[in-house]
Amino acid sequence: MSHPLSQRKRLLAALAVFAALVLLAGCGFSTEDSGGGSNEPDVEGITLYSGRIPAAIGPAVDSYEAKADRDVQVRFAETADLAATLVEEGDASPADVFFAQEPGAIAAVAEAGLLTELPRDILDRVPARYRDPEGRWVGVTGRARVIAYNRDVVAESELPPSPFGLTAPKWKDRVGWSPASSSMQEYVTALRARYGDDRTKQWLEEMVDNGAVSFPDNVTIRDAIAKGEIDVGLINHYYVAQAIGEEGPDYPVAVYFPPGGLGSLMLLTSVGVLESSDRKPEAFAFVRSLLSDRSQAFFTSSSKEYPLAKGVEPDPSLSVPVNKIPVSDSSLVDLKEIQGTIELMQESGAL
Amino acid sequence: MLGARPAPVWLLAAGAIVGAAAVLPAAYLAVVVFGDLSAALETAFSSRAMETLLRTAMLTAAVVVTSVAIALPIGWLTVRTDLPGRRLWAVLCTLPLVIPSYVGAYLLVAALGPNGMLQEALGVHRLPSIYGFTGAWLVLTLFTYPLVLIPLRATLRRIDPQLEDAARAMGRGPLEVVRTVVLPQLWPVLAAGSLLVALFTISDFGAVSILRYRSFTSEIYIAYQSSFDRVAAAALGAVLVVAMLVLLFVSSRVRGSRRVHRLGPGTLRPARPYRLGRWRWPALAFCSLVVLVAFLLPVGVLIYWASKGISTGSTSWNTIAALGGNSLLIAAWAAAIGAIAALAVAALAVRYPSPVARLVERLSHAGYALPGILVALGLVFFATRAVPALYQTIALLVFAMTIHYLPLAIGPTASSLVQLSPRIEEAARGMGRGPAEVFRTITIPLARGGMMAGAALVFLHAMKELTVTLILSPIGFKTLATDIWTQTTYGFYEASAIPALVLLAVAAVPVYLLSEQGAAPP
Repeated sequence: MSHPLSQRKRLLAALAVFAALVLLAGCGFSTEDSGGGSNEPDVEGITLYSGRIPAAIGPAVDSYEAKADRDVQVRFAETADLAATLVEEGDASPADVFFAQEPGAIAAVAEAGLLTELPRDILDRVPARYRDPEGRWVGVTGRARVIAYNRDVVAESELPPSPFGLTAPKWKDRVGWSPASSSMQEYVTALRARYGDDRTKQWLEEMVDNGAVSFPDNVTIRDAIAKGEIDVGLINHYYVAQAIGEEGPDYPVAVYFPPGGLGSLMLLTSVGVLESSDRKPEAFAFVRSLLSDRSQAFFTSSSKEYPLAKGVEPDPSLSVPVNKIPVSDSSLVDLKEIQGTIELMQESGAL
Repeated sequence: MLGARPAPVWLLAAGAIVGAAAVLPAAYLAVVVFGDLSAALETAFSSRAMETLLRTAMLTAAVVVTSVAIALPIGWLTVRTDLPGRRLWAVLCTLPLVIPSYVGAYLLVAALGPNGMLQEALGVHRLPSIYGFTGAWLVLTLFTYPLVLIPLRATLRRIDPQLEDAARAMGRGPLEVVRTVVLPQLWPVLAAGSLLVALFTISDFGAVSILRYRSFTSEIYIAYQSSFDRVAAAALGAVLVVAMLVLLFVSSRVRGSRRVHRLGPGTLRPARPYRLGRWRWPALAFCSLVVLVAFLLPVGVLIYWASKGISTGSTSWNTIAALGGNSLLIAAWAAAIGAIAALAVAALAVRYPSPVARLVERLSHAGYALPGILVALGLVFFATRAVPALYQTIALLVFAMTIHYLPLAIGPTASSLVQLSPRIEEAARGMGRGPAEVFRTITIPLARGGMMAGAALVFLHAMKELTVTLILSPIGFKTLATDIWTQTTYGFYEASAIPALVLLAVAAVPVYLLSEQGAAPP
């Protein structure tokens, strides 16, 4: 391949590649001053990154828009993907507000120093256990970890007082769970804090030995129970309520709040305001709106989640009172803890 | 060889720009990995990563072998035999490519999974499990084998029947002719198609997550989803890039330096079709089975769900039309730009091979070998720093799609250039035309078939794309794919069926053109 001209060709090509790279990237690395400029949206109003789907937040956003006479531009995607995007965007993020479906994601964004401290009145809207101790995010709704079961096959009285009981031979090959989902990992993290790593690992191993079936997420577990593929599953409570809303009262899946120990656990959806936002007052107003009586009532009546704002009653269908459901200590959202949980789950063969 | 002449500067510049753009995702991985090298190395060389890599390699090998095993007979039957309705079969057998792997996977679970439709229809208690390796293998094979079939049919059309005639005249039987004369000519195109299938398999996340096979992309997902560890995710992505380079090396070894362009003078004579006789029944049965499982079954489930969705009256046709328009817009731009960009890379790699050209061509495959999330984050990283004015605009989204799917366009374009003898171009040069004129009047027209095929493939994939669209689109911009995602996230399958069917219908147009590619003489 070596002829006199190849040297020149190579050089030219290398130069061109370099020039193009410089063109693309070079000028950019120096523009890391403040956000602003082109990041400013064309329309009047704030930009929301939402890990929750339109049906879950739409009317709450609409009611803010109507009341404040402001637009809310929403980017919908997976919570984890949005968190990763925010970290890469850094100061240049067009987002003003981040609404996370899972607690770990907002903690990660907070850890990266991207969230601003929320005003006192917002933080005081919810009890202290439903917000970041450092005031960077606040819980909006709560979702309880429960045992879902097929009521055509299983009677509620047969179910154990906590998921620890699902390792009994009776439940062999009948239980579904989602070790890769963050809600399951959050639950395991809470177990570690309460019962220690050894007991938690033992439970995980017994679950695996007992033939627990792994699903990617809560919805697939619920659907597998409905189809009779499995009989019980560890999921978040409101997915079942939603399916009953869609399919009618004959839907075969019911939820059971295990009364013992950490049988059920409250996981938070939460919201934070970006430090890089140029519209912080508006962003705060939007967060206040999410925590208003009206939006909180919408969340609990439409998606059957627990409202977290003080003085708002949960939907009548939620028979278990909110204070009966333990909430994970905020320190449990610590990412190092979740990393430890993942390692524990990998060692026990669950993940 | 034309390689004796240096590549024109404008072509080098074009190739360099495309190459620089296409290596951005890989460059992003490098930036993150070198930001915390020790942590990255620890992740990349952990026993878990290696074990998962092995699992992914097994899946990839299996998918490639079965894809070739399906594509080879169908390609042969629909091009070179008197199979009844062969043009229709060609279209039907290419259509599974329009089904996104995540849709295909959940449809397969609905149809063949435990207590699914088949089990209900048969009334049996239990079917063999489709989860794990089996299901992932099945879904990825069924929805990617057309990536082998399409270029294979185009090549079968173009191979010179004179060689076969000569072999038969010397007394060799038909099967022996296929083995000794036809198959050797097909190795390059089989290698190229297999490469695309392999790269798709290692980068797919939709099918493996729904069918519960832990592959390399699942590990990347866990790194983001659970521990928000961008270094670990990037390190695993870098391993995928290395795996991709290995695959490219193997593929180029298989392709070798065989000469595949015709040498003889005169026009290419269409081949006389082989008579199937009694063999047409098993041939028809085979085609029917493939079409049934890979296309009719999933579409049937979608139509069933759609009919339930329509009867509840919740469908807004205006919205669907707007979503379809957005999908079309992105896909068409990505296809057009992708075809032109691919021509620059392919022309450099095929006509002016040099180590740099080869490196650019290889690295530009990274966009396809990586899961969408890494491509998207790479562009978030560079765009917010270098061109904030373009961040989250249609232009950037199209750019991202183009580099994500560029190899799909490079492959067919390079194949058509390889099949075209450089002597034609040399002759034109000899007659005093400049390189630019030769390129415009000879190379582009003759490579057009390959460019069109490449553009159609990019179009198709861009229609289906999800993650990159969710992150990089202008705010509030929705496509058919993002709508399907919104609905299925909460298990609203009936509501997702209509956008899914519209997506299939729109994507079927380029697929039809692609299958015609093999039907009409080039």
